[in-house]
Amino acid sequence: MSKHDFDVIGKDQKRKDGPKKVKGEHEFADDIQFPMMLHGRIKRSDIAHARIISIDTSKAEALAGVKAVLIGSETPIKYGIVPQMPTEYALAHQKVRFYGEPVAAVAAVDPETAERALDLIEIEYEALPVYTTPEQALAEGAVKIHEDNKFPGNIAYEADQNFGDVDEAFKNSHYVLEKVFKTSYVNHVFMEPHCAVSKFDTNGELFIWSTTQIPHYLHTHLAKVLQMDMNKIHVKVTGVGGGFGGKGEVSNNELISALLARKAGRPVKVLYSRKDVFLQHRGRHPIEMRVKVGVDKEGMITGIDYNGTMDGGSYGGWGLVILFYTAAMLHLPYNVRNVRFYARRIYTNKPTCGAMRGLGGVQPRFALESLLDQIAIDIGMSPYELKKKNAIGLSHETVSGQVVRHSEFRKCLDQAVANSGYLEKHGKLPFGKGIGLAGGYYISGTAYTLYMAYKPHSSAMIRVDNESGVTVYCGATDIGQGSDTVLGMMAAEKFGLPFESIHVVSGDTSLAPFDLGTFASRVTVAAGSAVCKAADNVLEKLKPVAAIQLGVSTDQLEARQGKIYSVFEKSKEIDFWKVVEKYIDAHGPLTATGNYTPPRRTGNFKGANIGHSPTYGFSAQCTEVDIDIETGEVRVIRVTEAGDCGQPINPVSVEGQVEGSIVMGMGQALFEELKVGKDGRLLNPSLHDYKVPTATDIPELKTTFVDSYDPDSPFGAKEAGEGPIQPVIPAIFNAVYDAIGVRFTEMPITPEKVLRALDEKKKQEGMQS
Amino acid sequence: MKKLIKLEINGENFDLAVEPTAYLIDVIRESVGLTGTKKGCGIGDCGACTVLIDGRPALSCITLAVACTGKAITTIEGLSKGTELHPVQRAFIDKGAVQCGFCTPGMVLSSKALLDENPHPSQDEIKTALAGNLCRCTGYAKIVEAVEHAGQLLSGEVTHEQA
Repeated sequence: MSKHDFDVIGKDQKRKDGPKKVKGEHEFADDIQFPMMLHGRIKRSDIAHARIISIDTSKAEALAGVKAVLIGSETPIKYGIVPQMPTEYALAHQKVRFYGEPVAAVAAVDPETAERALDLIEIEYEALPVYTTPEQALAEGAVKIHEDNKFPGNIAYEADQNFGDVDEAFKNSHYVLEKVFKTSYVNHVFMEPHCAVSKFDTNGELFIWSTTQIPHYLHTHLAKVLQMDMNKIHVKVTGVGGGFGGKGEVSNNELISALLARKAGRPVKVLYSRKDVFLQHRGRHPIEMRVKVGVDKEGMITGIDYNGTMDGGSYGGWGLVILFYTAAMLHLPYNVRNVRFYARRIYTNKPTCGAMRGLGGVQPRFALESLLDQIAIDIGMSPYELKKKNAIGLSHETVSGQVVRHSEFRKCLDQAVANSGYLEKHGKLPFGKGIGLAGGYYISGTAYTLYMAYKPHSSAMIRVDNESGVTVYCGATDIGQGSDTVLGMMAAEKFGLPFESIHVVSGDTSLAPFDLGTFASRVTVAAGSAVCKAADNVLEKLKPVAAIQLGVSTDQLEARQGKIYSVFEKSKEIDFWKVVEKYIDAHGPLTATGNYTPPRRTGNFKGANIGHSPTYGFSAQCTEVDIDIETGEVRVIRVTEAGDCGQPINPVSVEGQVEGSIVMGMGQALFEELKVGKDGRLLNPSLHDYKVPTATDIPELKTTFVDSYDPDSPFGAKEAGEGPIQPVIPAIFNAVYDAIGVRFTEMPITPEKVLRALDEKKKQEGMQS
Repeated sequence: MKKLIKLEINGENFDLAVEPTAYLIDVIRESVGLTGTKKGCGIGDCGACTVLIDGRPALSCITLAVACTGKAITTIEGLSKGTELHPVQRAFIDKGAVQCGFCTPGMVLSSKALLDENPHPSQDEIKTALAGNLCRCTGYAKIVEAVEHAGQLLSGEVTHEQA
């Protein structure tokens, strides 16, 4: 695969947490029990938009077994993952903004008592109009969902960006196509519901165990909401049963468990039900996008015009950041010089949208890859040829100033097309069968922290001694993707030791040095760089000791296969652990740190900080569908993927990320959708009514890596967890077009929509003939 | 009013006082203290709570504990012998079928029940047998592969070292 000669990197490693997980011994937050621990439950609003007139908790407080009752006025401190725009409270304060919003909380001796107490809490509301769509929320005279919102009406945020001259570009285009696309309201459906356990020690220090992707941001939020010093708060990440972005924001249950624990003076666990998870939500933004693309005679893209309205739900969350990511992810992985972007995010009375796998990219990719497919067909060119012509080269600077230092996207297109037989199949399969091509990319980390700071985004410490071996301490968070394994592999490769011998301590704000968390596909590059630098700094200390022992100069030494040896004379070697012993005998403890800060690029326009990344991963997919013309059911039968994740560190884990991405994207394309009633109530907040793909739905998955190595990344690696979801949906839509000649522009493609479209098509053809 | 019942879990007998309305999962997790059985939805949709009752997969989150007296219950903790993993567990590790690990105990038990009945299942048979166990991380591909491999391990066609 790679020209690089590695012992550990690039070879399938069995993750160290595997045995614990297959035995059910991996500890998740709900598995934690403490003596005297109470159970917290949350009273949620049964109205979507209202002023809170009064809350009477007296009957709940009087119930035997209830140890604390909490309401919003006791914790009136606003927070938000984007700290400049805090919009949320741990419990609704003065107003509720969605049906099912947390209003009060109870800690009791057992869950049943807590639930009984919830029924005894009496809340009087003054109803306000309910807006479940951006259209309603934007209507003239609509009540402001957030009264202090600085944008007009219910616009949470709006921005535009302009590069080149789009109008001029369209004027000079050979062909221009415009369509309106609508994406759906979908949830992450990680399998483990949120759960947090909080406990104060006798010195008043808070320990919280939670299933989070972002221990650091949870740390900052707890300090703010509980008004405590950060150094008195210890965040410990438990096993995380999937996140996909949904645990990339502080969840109410975390704050509530800490507030209840403080009030009751006992440990408190707050576990969500599956319905609670749907209400906490933070899933993908539904966006209505009017998108226009022009091309010249050769099929080269002349310009893109984007106008999008995002349905944000009731709170801010990651919304503002996602809005600007949508701008940044509009044109890559193609070379486009004229781009106009306008977007607004609208508050509605629904559970809040937020970060979900591939955020910012999935919606514009759907629109763009669909349009490019249609344009190619309309001008008589293969979609592959058009996409290949426009694909960026090995390095690229976008019109908005994003620097792509390394891209093998063209190879992805070539490999996916070759492996799938796309050119032999596209346009040539019998009616009902089709193949579609799409490409995509994603960032490998961001350029900035969410608050103004200059500190490194990742840091690591490595301790080496003859008693405990090698321990890597890094605040990165393994949410199931296997980052602990990747970081351990990097240290193993650096030291020339077996992967199994490396210990990794992560996800703990007290034990491990600072890391921003798991989001934006940042961990392999950022935390990986920090670990590599720490390892280099350890070797820097060891090599002079080995050099003297061996009588050779330091710069010819290499650590491999348990030895430190001269690259020129292999017989001059010494056991790694012997050198460690000598070093410690002479100098004392052997530790070193490393850290990583991404390049801070920006520009002179609104949102210019967003979209920059040290490096980018790419993916192309050819997807084959088989449509049942009688029932309208679309079945994805085969997905052929070619990905550029740089050097795959642990190939089996990368494959897992790609396969998981494809199946998750397929769910959104074909059936997943949260439904909302007129009163703002979620109509299907269960896994019975909200369908996700099961084992019987999966297509044949042919995933491959293209030959790639980013020389500026740790061991050549780039992201792999979010790029591969980008092409999934448009590849399916393009395949459906190839199969039945219907261009769907709205997710999901349900059997009803297919049958309706086929009927419509038949009628039109009848009229023509 | 709690009822006194005897449950046989992983070959051991437990004397338990349970509410007649208590679900098996809560008794297993809270009263017995075996936390390997997971609750992902609480209403029988996701399969994370799968246990074996008399060898057949059952959803412990919608099974009343009092209905399980006189039956042999196997939880994930009962599958391996100490550090020696069951071939299905081994196969899940070898084939990279484990990511976050939350669905894993239920997946492993459903797979074991399938292989007990059908040692050489086809891919379609595996998918059907696992259709009630949701996983959001893996896209199922490596899980199906692991179950096929486990079948081969169990029948001695391959050994763990060949994996």
